[in-house]
Amino acid sequence: MASRTQPIAFINARLVDPETGYDGDGAVVVKDGMIADALHRPTIESLSEDVRVIDCSGAMLAPGLVDLRVKTGEPGAEPKETLKSASRAAAAGGVTSIVIQPDTDPAIDDPAMVDFILRRARDIELVHVYPAGAATRGCQGERLAELGLMREAGAVYFTDADRPIADSKVFRRVLSYAKGFGAAVAHRPADPWLCAGACATEGEFAARLGLPSAPAVAERIMLERDLALAGLTGAQLIVDQITTADALESLARARDRGVRATATAGINHLSFNELDIGDYRTFARLDPPLRTEADRQALIEALVSGLVEVVVSAHAPAPAEDKRLPFSEATPGGVGLETLLPALLSLHHDGGAPLATLIRAVTLAPARLVGLDAGRIAQGAPADLVLCDIAAPFRVDADKLSSKSKNSPFDGRRLQGGVLMTLVSGRIVHQAVA
Amino acid sequence: MPPAADHDATDIERLIRERTFPLPQRHFLSTDGLNRPQAEALLDLADAFVGLSLRGEKKLATLRGRTMVNLFFESSTRTQSSFEIAAKRLGADTVNMAPRNSSITKGETLIDTAVTLNAMKPDILVVRHSASGAADLLAQKVDCSVINAGDGWHGHPTQALLDALTLRRALGRVEGLVVAICGDVLHSRVARSNVALLQLLGAQVRLVGPPTLMPAGAEQWGVAVHHQMKSGIEGADVVMMLRLQLERMDGAFVPSTREYFRYWGLDAEKLAWASPKVKVMHPGPMNRGVEIESGVADDPEISLIQSQVEMGVAARMAVLATLAARLDGAEARCGE
Repeated sequence: MASRTQPIAFINARLVDPETGYDGDGAVVVKDGMIADALHRPTIESLSEDVRVIDCSGAMLAPGLVDLRVKTGEPGAEPKETLKSASRAAAAGGVTSIVIQPDTDPAIDDPAMVDFILRRARDIELVHVYPAGAATRGCQGERLAELGLMREAGAVYFTDADRPIADSKVFRRVLSYAKGFGAAVAHRPADPWLCAGACATEGEFAARLGLPSAPAVAERIMLERDLALAGLTGAQLIVDQITTADALESLARARDRGVRATATAGINHLSFNELDIGDYRTFARLDPPLRTEADRQALIEALVSGLVEVVVSAHAPAPAEDKRLPFSEATPGGVGLETLLPALLSLHHDGGAPLATLIRAVTLAPARLVGLDAGRIAQGAPADLVLCDIAAPFRVDADKLSSKSKNSPFDGRRLQGGVLMTLVSGRIVHQAVA
Repeated sequence: MPPAADHDATDIERLIRERTFPLPQRHFLSTDGLNRPQAEALLDLADAFVGLSLRGEKKLATLRGRTMVNLFFESSTRTQSSFEIAAKRLGADTVNMAPRNSSITKGETLIDTAVTLNAMKPDILVVRHSASGAADLLAQKVDCSVINAGDGWHGHPTQALLDALTLRRALGRVEGLVVAICGDVLHSRVARSNVALLQLLGAQVRLVGPPTLMPAGAEQWGVAVHHQMKSGIEGADVVMMLRLQLERMDGAFVPSTREYFRYWGLDAEKLAWASPKVKVMHPGPMNRGVEIESGVADDPEISLIQSQVEMGVAARMAVLATLAARLDGAEARCGE
């Protein structure tokens, strides 16, 4: 997506660069799809005349976001979301790279499907789109998918998405085999038997609502197995959306032992707790289900301490007909691409989490984890950038989102952080209307 | 207040008129939403309706011109006919919908059905559904009043009301009674609604059942949780048995029917642990010989089970009349 458009100079920016940890005055020149210059001072002298100068007036200029967990409905369920509508939503949210989950219909479990996604993304030409390949055929958890061929075709990591691989022998082989190709494997830590039929976290509140629920330890039980197998095989494990304080302790112990395990946190679990399902609000029906406030606080703490390194939107579009149902029958998940950055910023505004740490978790950390060249602001880096007025207040109106599905758990919430401009490979793919 | 049955015909109607009040909420979805004066007032009104049911001419004009739709996604002979009789006695037109036999099976959602019905302008929609929160969901989408006739494991507020009415008439009060609710509490909407209402009315509630059928965190509901029948019903004034679905007994939640009956089934021997004047209740339908022995269920000295069915009509009449009074008030205000 190299671009020969007019060079742009951003001046008077608050530059946040997770690679160097810099957070301060800055200016950036973008040329030919790359960052031609990045300065730790507000202005640039001696700019050539053809350069378009954008005065950021103190707005944050950061690497474009990298979201490792995005679902669309393409192929198979296009009325939910297409790669194009998801790409638009990403651009509007300052997300410049998205990784598509393989549990589509058919699943992304062979090299032709990987190629199909990449080709569609090239045609759409908005943001970088990378497929994650299925770990097992059809995401059924039984037989290995063609991990090597998919890796060669461009799959960035492997996962069965929402479905835990129950059979430990199968999961062990997935880890070993993927390691041979240098690929990470993401797995949802959830004991499938304890979680069967559940739509909430077990506890007094879910019991009062009369909702089928699973105990929070269902997460730790599966995570302990995954960590043990990651240790056994030496493979890189991505813990797909850790949510409980209990599981965080297991993760910390395993990392101390040297197990290669990196956990992601879903933005919804950093923002909401189990009480948000009150009144049977199906937009708050998520998978994993929302946890206690103590779990949410532990998750934020783990993010700040670095135990959890990556934050994902867990973008999961579901159309009205899948959400306007009784709670237990509604499809789990929420759209999140457009609210990821402002929701993350609210952890800074309200909770005092350091801005650079938060930005790193949605840029450099996920990029490094799966080997993408993104998430840094330096000479020669790809010009994937987001310009954001981090203080700008707004009220989330789900109907105005670019996603085809409007199931945002943040609908009606007040957040701060307006994306002013998104650049992908030096090209402006989104600009806020003044 | 004294039972209304002793009054003559005009007295009963006067009593009903005096006691009818507009319920502040548009819907009747759960017992959590009531405060104690409202609950007591509903019971007073229901008590007056019991008198009406005992006379020959049972029909009133309170709901004349109004339409009540029974929308039962789960079948229930007892509750559905109880609502239908209650509405007819108040002069309403009633329609029964059994969505299992209609377009709901062709992919139409609960909401689609509700919106379709809503367009026909019913005044009151009575809904039963297998999913918790279904009645709340419907209430958000329709203009008419919604009565929850049972949603999943969550609530069955008119059942709790009729249980309270039964107790009040049989024992003269609810305040201070020790009520043991026994059996499959986990899956029971009757238990949840009764915990809320009986506590509101001042009863001491105990929950008794095997640990696998007890909801997580139930001890935080202000009740005492017991896993043994002996400690659970010891000294209880009322033992309320819950229905246990047979499919939950075959090794899923409890090992077998006979083991369940051995430890949690109510028979005369276990009942001897309770207060000497103990009364037994069951929301029905009963699994005789599983959760309750016939000898206990059918003993007129101790069983209130038949009375519960009788009180069901009166309790539902009270709910319908107060919702209609609110509708009347709202319409009168619109007309001004």
